[in-house]
Amino acid sequence: MRTLTGDQVEIGSVLPDLVIELTPTAIVSTALATMDFTPVHHDVGRARAQGSKDIFLNILTTMGLVERYVTDWAGPEALIRGINVKLGVPAYAGDTLTFTGTVVACENGEFTVEVRGKVSLGDHASGTVRFALPDR
Amino acid sequence: MTATAEADLHDRLMALAERQIAVGEVRGVAAADPVNLPMIRHWAAAMGDANPVYTDAEAAAGSAHGEIVAPPAMIQVWTMPGVDRDGRQATTPVDDVLRALDGSGYTGVVATNCEQTYHRYLRLGERPVPATRFAGLSGPKRTALGEGYFVTWNITWYSQDEPVADMLFRVLKFRPRERKTKPEAREPYPLKPAINKDTAFFWEGVGRGELRIQRCADCGELRHPPGPVCPSCRSVERTHVVASGVGEVYSYVVHHNPPVPGRSTPFVVAVVELPEGVRIVGNVVDCPPEEVGIGMQVRVTYRQMDDELILPMWVPQES
Repeated sequence: MRTLTGDQVEIGSVLPDLVIELTPTAIVSTALATMDFTPVHHDVGRARAQGSKDIFLNILTTMGLVERYVTDWAGPEALIRGINVKLGVPAYAGDTLTFTGTVVACENGEFTVEVRGKVSLGDHASGTVRFALPDR
Repeated sequence: MTATAEADLHDRLMALAERQIAVGEVRGVAAADPVNLPMIRHWAAAMGDANPVYTDAEAAAGSAHGEIVAPPAMIQVWTMPGVDRDGRQATTPVDDVLRALDGSGYTGVVATNCEQTYHRYLRLGERPVPATRFAGLSGPKRTALGEGYFVTWNITWYSQDEPVADMLFRVLKFRPRERKTKPEAREPYPLKPAINKDTAFFWEGVGRGELRIQRCADCGELRHPPGPVCPSCRSVERTHVVASGVGEVYSYVVHHNPPVPGRSTPFVVAVVELPEGVRIVGNVVDCPPEEVGIGMQVRVTYRQMDDELILPMWVPQES
C-alpha cells in the first residue's frame, strides 16, 4: 500500500466507491468492536420494539468506515485530522452502504474530501474528512 | 399543554441549559484499558480496515508514525462504558438536560451530527480521559420526526493533560408524533414540599434551575432553611442569592427502612455544606450509597419527580 503524494491529489479528484454489505454480522461485529452494547445494534427484538425495522449501524462505526474510506484511497500514512458527519437515515442490516467521495479543498497542505454514504433509504451519512499527506 | 405552560417549560429548559453551560468542562472516567493492540485489531478487522500502521509493528516502525498508532476514529471507543452500560459512569453536564427533556415529553432521540478533530494519533499504552462540556440547547423546532430541541455537547479527550481529540455531538430530542394512546401521565410523586411565603422563592428557583439561598436584605447574612426573620439582626427584609451549585457532604445517612412512599431504598440523605456558607439537606443520587462519604464533592442536579415537582438533589462532582 502506497500513500498518495500531494501532487497526486487535486480539487475534483474522485475517490473510488466503497461498497459495504451490511450483514447482521457486520452490524454486530462493528458495534462490539466499538464497545457499543446498545441493544438496537445487536438485538433484533429490541430494535423492532422501538420502531426500527432491524438492527442498525452505530455511529462509532459510521465514523470508522468514513475514515477507512479515505485512508483506503489516500494510503496508510495519510494523517486524518478530522471527520465531520451529518447523520441521516439508519443503515439497517440487510442493506448496502456505498461511499462516494470527491476532493473539494486543498489549503496549506490540508485536503478536504466530501464523503457521502448512501443506503437504500437515502443518505446515511454525509460530511467531510480533513487529512494531510506526509512530506516526501 | 397550554401556550403559557409551553413558554414556562421553554424558559425552564433554557435556564437549565445556561446553568449547564456555566458548569464548564467535567472530567469523566479514564479509559478502562490503555490503548492496546487487541482492541485495535478487532476494530480494524470489523471495519475491514487493512491499514498496517494500526496493527503491523514493522510496517508502523517504517511509517511516518514510527510505531503502531490507534485509528483516530477509535477515540471514543476507548472510553465507552462497555457491557455494563448502567454501571458506574461519570455524570456529565448533559445528563440533566436530557433528563429534563425526557420528563417534558421529548422522549425521542436521534443523533444528527458527529464532528471529531484529531490533534494527534494515540500510541499503545496511552489512557485517554474524556471531559464533557454542555454546549447548547436550541428549539423548539419542527422537524420531520416531531417537534424537538437540538442538544449539543463537546467532549475533549486528554492524554496526560494533553488534549488529543475533540468531538462535537448533537442530538435531536423530539416528541414522537404518533402517540399510541394519550401521553402517559406520570404517577404523582406522593411527597410535596411545603411552599409558603418564606419558601416560595426557593421553589421558583428550582423551577428555573437555580439553587437560591435566602439573604437578609439588611445585614446580608445568608440563611437556610429560609425563615421570616434574620437570626442575626432580626430584620424581616429578605432577598436571595443564587448559589454556585457545588458543595461538600458535611454529614449523611443511608436510609434503608422504613419504606418511603415514592422512593426505593436504600437512598442517601445528606447535609451538604455550600461554599456560600450554609448547609442544605438533600439526596445524593447517581452514586452507590457505599461510595458516599463525608467531604465528598458534589454538585446540584434537578430531578423531575412528576409532571409538576422538581427536586434539587446532589451528584458526585467527578468520578
